[in-house]
Amino acid sequence: MLPEELKASLNKEISLSEHPRELVVDVMFALQDHYGFLSDEALEEASVLLGMTPLEMEELATFYTFIFREPVGKYVIHVCDSVICWMDGFDSIRDYLSQKLGIKMGETTPDGLFTLLPVCCIGYCDRSPAILINRKVYGPLTPEKLDIILEELRTEAG
Amino acid sequence: MYPQVLFQNRRPDRIATLEEYRTSGGYEALANVLKNFSYKDVRTVVLDALLLGRGGAAFPAGRKVMTVADDAPFPRYVVCNADEMEPGTFKDRVLIHADPHMLIEGMIIEGYSARAEKGIIFIRPEYESAARILDREVEKARVAGYLGDNILGSGYTFDIVVHRSGGRYICGEVTAQINALQGKRPNPKQPPPYATEKGLWQQPTVVHNVETLACIPHIMRNGAEWFQNLALTDTGSGTKIFCVSGKVNRPGCYELPMGIRLSEIIETHAGGMRDGAQFKACLPGGASTAFLTPEFYDIEMDFETLKKAGHRLGTGAIMVFDHKTCLVEATLNLTEFFARESCGWCTPCREGFPYLRDLLWRIEHGQGQEEYISTIMQMCHHLWNAYCAFAPGGVAPIESLLTYFKDEVYAHIREKKCPFKNSE
Repeated sequence: MLPEELKASLNKEISLSEHPRELVVDVMFALQDHYGFLSDEALEEASVLLGMTPLEMEELATFYTFIFREPVGKYVIHVCDSVICWMDGFDSIRDYLSQKLGIKMGETTPDGLFTLLPVCCIGYCDRSPAILINRKVYGPLTPEKLDIILEELRTEAG
Repeated sequence: MYPQVLFQNRRPDRIATLEEYRTSGGYEALANVLKNFSYKDVRTVVLDALLLGRGGAAFPAGRKVMTVADDAPFPRYVVCNADEMEPGTFKDRVLIHADPHMLIEGMIIEGYSARAEKGIIFIRPEYESAARILDREVEKARVAGYLGDNILGSGYTFDIVVHRSGGRYICGEVTAQINALQGKRPNPKQPPPYATEKGLWQQPTVVHNVETLACIPHIMRNGAEWFQNLALTDTGSGTKIFCVSGKVNRPGCYELPMGIRLSEIIETHAGGMRDGAQFKACLPGGASTAFLTPEFYDIEMDFETLKKAGHRLGTGAIMVFDHKTCLVEATLNLTEFFARESCGWCTPCREGFPYLRDLLWRIEHGQGQEEYISTIMQMCHHLWNAYCAFAPGGVAPIESLLTYFKDEVYAHIREKKCPFKNSE
């Protein structure tokens, strides 16, 4: 269940909009932030909020790269695998992360902290090879830098 | 050093403040336009400046706004396309981080010229930091009286909102972006009607790229002729932000005159090729353009000269490949991008790119056969019949690989391995 406070603030925003549907991505993001991913429950709640059918919502939820219909870790690591990062050795970054976290691309660590996903060009080709962690960019990367970043995140997560 | 117009306030470590933007002449153009120009005057100046769309399509910005008919209905919209997802392109991000008010002023002036009352900045989720900057600076512009009701006492009303995308390449396509803004699945739609006639919520909508809009205050302040003269070629106009990446010493964004030679961009501005690397090819304007080979090394980089040479300037994202980089594998990577990002709406694109990727994968991994070449060419040809411009753009690197690097492709097939990999 969505907390009343969040529901009220979304409803307020929706009521102020001339075309509530334009807020659909914002609403999906808000519910995803709350639940950790866009669960079936969240998807239905989002469609009720915006007066859309769950099917219409699903059509959008499955379309966008940054909406997750399956559970993800606290930190979602998107590894850029487009052409510039490829040229600058994204595969060594990907393999190092895989090995270090003990998971393959598309998987989440058993402690629920990290998810590894591939992503298309993130627009940081001047800092390749680059990754996003919860939409924040890191680059240019080396295994040493990754060690420090992962350690910081582990500390932050307690 | 060439004149820095869009990057006049660019600093290595932080964004320019509203005060700094004003000190450099910011919002003077807006005040002057609102006082002394009719909306038609603005259109004429922008048209005369020969400002071509910087998002890759190079459509004349002045002509676009002129397709909004005088008696077109209200409300009207101006959309800033900050969905920059063309691989290798990061100029709009750098521009927003350097001087966000330039974009805001450009949008207000364009809004005035379209007689629009609302501006929307459509931005990709990877640029969350830029979106936050824009949220904050739009509010500052509002407080300063540049946005909202009765701007600077002129009677003109305009406001801007930042719209965050959920992230997909196709959202950068105008008609798909309008669907996305309306909360619909972002499939492209074939015009007519054009967005300037029936766009967002079926109302007239003018969509421009970030860099295009950022040029407008400077054009209005300094004149169309001044803007034209910034270019080094007769056919070019203005400056261009080139984002250089790949095998160069100093990858980054450089604001240079339109028409500057490719060789000068690489050698002087991007610090030359990395140690031991030789220039083999570059993509001049993102993943949807064709490889430029060494015979084009001195070409003047403007839309017209590249078009004459059978190429496209695209977004001006120059991705440089060296002699040790396998272009079959590079093209495979680019095709993977298009296979993944195809919106899936039309069959040629949805089915064609995975098929092409598969053939290129086999060639790269020593399983290629000679007849694949003609199949690939035929398939690329089919993709020209796809529903939108995504697929013809996506096959550009493949077609140019087969035109300029046929020997390299054949070497993979003959040797049954990638010649660039040592021992497999």
